[in-house]
Amino acid sequence: MKHVFIIGNGISGITTARYIRKQNPDIKITVIGNETDYFYARTALMYLYMGHLQFEDTKPYEDGFWEKNRISLIKGDVVSLQAEDRKLFLADGRSVVFDQLVIASGSKPLMANWPGKTLDGIQGFYGMNDLALLEENTRNIRNAVVIGGGLIGIELAEMLHTRGIHITFLVRENRYMERILPPEESELVHQEIRRNGVRLQLNTEVKAFHGDGNGRVSMVETTTSEEIPTELACISIGVTPNIAWLNGSGINTNRGVLVDAHFKTNFPDIFAVGDCAEFQNPLPEQRPLEQLWYTGKMHGEVVGTVLGGGLATYQKGVFFNSAKFFDMEYQVYGDVTSDVPMGVQEIFWQHGHEHKSIRIRYNARSGSVIGFLVMGIRFRQQACQKWIKRQTPIEEVLRNLNMAFFDPEFFYTFGTEVREAYEAATGNPRAITTTLKRTFWPIFRPK
Amino acid sequence: MTNRATTHPSNAFSRHVGLGILLTGLLICLFAALGYGPHAPMFSLVVGIGGATFGAIWYILATYLHTWPGIKNNYVMQNTFTARGVGGWFLGFLLTGFYVLLYWFPEYLKNVVAITEPLSQWMRGAAADQWFLYGLFYTLCVLVMGIRMFYKYRHNRYQIFRTLSVMLFQTLFAFIIPAVLKLMNKPEFYFHYFWPLDYDYLFPSTVQWLSSGASVAFFALIVGIVMSFIITPLLTYFFGKRWYCSWVCGCGGLAETLGDPFRQLSDKSLRAWKIERWMIHTVLVFIVVLTALLWLNSWQQGAFLGAFSQTYAKWYGFWIGSVFSGVIGVGFYPIMGSRVWCRFGCPMAALMGLQQKWFSRFRITTNGGQCISCGNCSAYCEMGIDVRWYAQRGQNIVRASCVGCGVCAAVCPRGVLKLENGAPDRNERYGKAVMIHADEVNILP
Repeated sequence: MKHVFIIGNGISGITTARYIRKQNPDIKITVIGNETDYFYARTALMYLYMGHLQFEDTKPYEDGFWEKNRISLIKGDVVSLQAEDRKLFLADGRSVVFDQLVIASGSKPLMANWPGKTLDGIQGFYGMNDLALLEENTRNIRNAVVIGGGLIGIELAEMLHTRGIHITFLVRENRYMERILPPEESELVHQEIRRNGVRLQLNTEVKAFHGDGNGRVSMVETTTSEEIPTELACISIGVTPNIAWLNGSGINTNRGVLVDAHFKTNFPDIFAVGDCAEFQNPLPEQRPLEQLWYTGKMHGEVVGTVLGGGLATYQKGVFFNSAKFFDMEYQVYGDVTSDVPMGVQEIFWQHGHEHKSIRIRYNARSGSVIGFLVMGIRFRQQACQKWIKRQTPIEEVLRNLNMAFFDPEFFYTFGTEVREAYEAATGNPRAITTTLKRTFWPIFRPK
Repeated sequence: MTNRATTHPSNAFSRHVGLGILLTGLLICLFAALGYGPHAPMFSLVVGIGGATFGAIWYILATYLHTWPGIKNNYVMQNTFTARGVGGWFLGFLLTGFYVLLYWFPEYLKNVVAITEPLSQWMRGAAADQWFLYGLFYTLCVLVMGIRMFYKYRHNRYQIFRTLSVMLFQTLFAFIIPAVLKLMNKPEFYFHYFWPLDYDYLFPSTVQWLSSGASVAFFALIVGIVMSFIITPLLTYFFGKRWYCSWVCGCGGLAETLGDPFRQLSDKSLRAWKIERWMIHTVLVFIVVLTALLWLNSWQQGAFLGAFSQTYAKWYGFWIGSVFSGVIGVGFYPIMGSRVWCRFGCPMAALMGLQQKWFSRFRITTNGGQCISCGNCSAYCEMGIDVRWYAQRGQNIVRASCVGCGVCAAVCPRGVLKLENGAPDRNERYGKAVMIHADEVNILP
């Protein structure tokens, strides 16, 4: 029986392995990972640091799961690949021959070319090693600078905040997640950051790091000519595919490993999935690199199914994503980004004093809904997805909006408020007639 | 919006003051226990027990009012008291020791009982005993730690309402009403406990005693029977067993308040789940058989295994009623988590669990493909359910043991889980394990 090797025991690699096994009981599967013995959820790293979880809690499967499913795990570093000979070389001198190979080597944190970037106390945050380093670096310190206004940056700020460290958060853009969030949502994030005592500096980049004379960072100099004394600098300006080890392998790469729509590289028996894969010909509205948890999972599902002998094609479906900014959750379904494209209308509603908002976009001509963005509120994915997919008219959506709320029971729903926002904007108070009321007591009204 | 500092040192002083008052109160209680109690009962009651209560509430407010609403389980896995460290074992030893004294050596508690004498006289017109002391401590724990729940989950109305409910039931039904009954010289009765949890409510001896007694007792008997056989199945059908376990029950009330800091200590392994299913259903069989035996015996006027069924009843009372539900159930909070009894032993939970699994509308809905497998839901499930196992498959969660506390949904950082009373159809309730995009929707019309 053929032997499939998978490089990387993150979500994409592990999902691939699981889906091969689901399809086929006989194929030999080996996963090589260099980070931990068993698969753990990288998304939980921040909860380890904050003490919400222990390492054991971050493992989605019990250790016995792998043996039971006959998935062999090897801990080791793959240093090179000879695609032509189907050969892998490990750091400890071992080499293995594969029948099929799936590359799921993930990302690594980006670093810019700043003067002083190699000083101690400057680090990225991506994996277990970084967590250990951060633990080391934050021992008895009082000040830290977080550089880069993405999701990892704000997570780092939240993490350091739990240790009582004074944080300066440098964001290059003139607002947080400028290209992803509309201005009002960015502002909510700013408030969330600031009310937690984090000093948020927008439009600010690093010019240089300065040391204390012992090779340790002691000051960050910014492009706004500010000199911030610090004992730690966390870099979170993004990630890039972890593919340097593929140099000379014969695999075609660009920013990531180049793959076709079926995740195949230029070798028919070598595939790449997850963060490290780059679509050679991305579909319209598809980014060449997809570096989300759920896309990594989907890539693995598709390739695993195919390698196991099943049929599957990659259909991304309605886009969604979610995150949490300190105490404020964020969810997006469909197409809602920073700018309102031509021919698109939107409704925006914001809570008077809590950090909650709802934004719905729809086609101005046809009225069909195209996306939802909620802050501090949970929406039901299935509802949003169905409405977007079926191009449901906005007024029908608003009539049923309370059904989309996914917050726990007894939470307020704001369907009425959003509808009123719409009526006020369109100047048509009778546009929607609805008998739905706020569901204060849904528990007493079982559906 | 004001800039509220939330760094730890800023509120340390206030917390220490609260802690100081709490410890002083406890110290006075300790002196009382060592022989000082009977000499100054009123002082010990007000300054000792009252002071400890006041200090605890102060400490709680000082802790939570300096943070913004939201989930803040910081350091839970590193704190010696909540992470099974030396502190945890110490707390476990204290709690277990208290139960051992309470059940088998009450004479060692007589000095503490003495300080509750004024309150007992005022409330029930009767002398205090160790059970009154126990009731008082129990209720105070539920109330004080209930206040902690309010502040810890003040952004979450489900948690607030649920906590209000258990505080109300404990105070009214387990503390005030029995005291008033006593004052009126009626049999003490706990209206929120029924068979099979309160197993002897339907024993022939109890039934005969109640039905022969005053009208209050007869009323209690009728309530007990109606609750056990009509209301419980009905409510469980509509809402799952949570209506009882995390809204009404006294054991659940203590677990959800005093036990909340220890919920993460439950064992999540498959092995524990296996043991749980064997154990809890065995207890259920025990109590059903025992009740049936006693009735048969009573009907046969003692001719049917008379001595045996009495021994059996005593044995059950000792091992299950006292050792399991009390000593292990509560004493082991800091070691095995807050729901050991509810998960492994409670026959009522077993019965409602079977119904919840097969014949109820309750489920935890998973929000499509949003799960990031972080593990917070599983870690903070007090019943040891590996919630993530289902959530990451995009599958709804229907488990017999779920008490519907809603904490998995509260700690989820991506809005993946929601407790719902959904479709009555079993297959629909489970849903399929979906890949990322579930195409068809089974909730919306």
